[in-house]
Amino acid sequence: MAEYKPIRKVVSGNYAAAYAVKHARVEVVAAYPITPQTSIIEKIAEFLANGEIEGLEYVPVESEHSAMAACIGASATGARAFTATSAQGLALMHEMLHWASGARLPIVMVDVNRAMAPPWSVWDDQTDSLSQRDTGWMQFYAENNQEVYDGVLMAFKIAETVNLPAMVVESAFILSHTYDVVEMIPQELVDEFLPPRKPLYTLTDFDNPIAVGALGGPNDYYEFRYKIQKAMEKAEKVIHEVGKEFGERFGRDYSQMIELYRTEDADFVFMGMGSLMGTVKQAVDILREEGYKVGAAKVRWFRPFPKKELYELAKSVEGIAVLDRNFSFGQEGILFNEAKGALYNTDAKPLIKNYIVGLGGRDFTVNDVRKIAENMKAIIDKGELDVEVDWYHLKR
Amino acid sequence: MNTLFGERKEGATKIVLKSVDEYPEAPITLGTTLVNFTGDWRTFIPVIDDDKCVKCYICWKFCPEPAIFIREDGYVGVDYDYCKGCGICANECPTNAITMEKEEK
Ligand code: SF4
Ligand code: SF4
Repeated sequence: MAEYKPIRKVVSGNYAAAYAVKHARVEVVAAYPITPQTSIIEKIAEFLANGEIEGLEYVPVESEHSAMAACIGASATGARAFTATSAQGLALMHEMLHWASGARLPIVMVDVNRAMAPPWSVWDDQTDSLSQRDTGWMQFYAENNQEVYDGVLMAFKIAETVNLPAMVVESAFILSHTYDVVEMIPQELVDEFLPPRKPLYTLTDFDNPIAVGALGGPNDYYEFRYKIQKAMEKAEKVIHEVGKEFGERFGRDYSQMIELYRTEDADFVFMGMGSLMGTVKQAVDILREEGYKVGAAKVRWFRPFPKKELYELAKSVEGIAVLDRNFSFGQEGILFNEAKGALYNTDAKPLIKNYIVGLGGRDFTVNDVRKIAENMKAIIDKGELDVEVDWYHLKR
Repeated sequence: MNTLFGERKEGATKIVLKSVDEYPEAPITLGTTLVNFTGDWRTFIPVIDDDKCVKCYICWKFCPEPAIFIREDGYVGVDYDYCKGCGICANECPTNAITMEKEEK
């Protein structure tokens, strides 16, 4: 194994994604522009135009629905396929997302989290990706540009091991257009980490012809759904292994599906996903100095859902403040809903409260975390919730 | 039997899977219709009148299943293990050599 010397580049989150696509030796990219995703596929096109990528089929399509259809076709021939999208574009793909996972194709997509319209918005909000919860796609939420790059590389490896597609999710503008140092991995080491794909089946094996997309009647459909669930369960194990291997090779450990930050002796923790957790970690350091015993629990993988890790965490704390930059109308924040549901039949019963924060790109700062900490401390002292779902930023 | 798509495999049959472990990982059909029968849905079957047939093979071209085959004498036949009774062949035949008749089972 060659020695690992990282290549440091100052790039946006979107360029980090494009570099990862290049390093993963993706064979087919379906490209359709949508803000704030566009610079991912633009950068890939630039690599291609400059001769920096070889063996890539770049397919400009006429909609996001077609983009996913092109990826499905490409992936079914055995190729490594990628696309990127945001918000309404992802919603337009929704039908095809089911086809990708149902056909067990390990496509990787970057979704740049953006609020759903109306009102028209291009800012950060997780409701677009979380609305795809039940499509059978794995979902990884990146906190920073480094995690976008690492996430794409790991997503291909995990997806191709369990034969399910994976979405790597980054925040609109906060990551997609903000430049930061990213440590990239030399090509030969990426090649060792991510060897060529071994497809489950291929349309181009003419000696062993297959039919795909055939009818599955009531007598057969059910079993195939069960197999997807089994693959998701297997994915949990594979995520741990691949995340650990990534850490051993490249120094950044992703073996935990929930990254715990200063939680060992914490009375309560802030739980959330994506870039807002960077703010939370910074706030935790400050709050610790101010005497709060708090920690952060960053949910990296939302699907498969890290039930076991959540249970272990919940046993050790008195309260969990779930920060949702998303909302399921008629109910509550989506991560909160999942977390509460996962703990119901267990003996771990911390006070768990939902804070709706940062919708549509509203600023979420260290000071906001402090206010939430004050509120959490008060309800824990009292031993009961004030409200279950707190529209924290609401102008009252 | 030569279906012109390939040799029909010895022992071709309709596959019935009994336990979840027998299912392939992905919902694909192995070997396509060369090994799996498709002709168990139909109500009507095509019946071909050789006297009207002009050997244009339009029916062979349009049949969505490998059900129409070309006989040694050049006329066409129907492999009822595959024919799903859609009637496309009868509709497309330029000489009305094919009629759809209710199948008696
Ligand atoms: S389409 Fe009609 S005429 Fe042509 S080959 Fe078939 S049966 Fe014969
Ligand atoms: S009825 Fe349909 S399936 Fe049967 S031979 Fe005609 S075209 Fe083919």
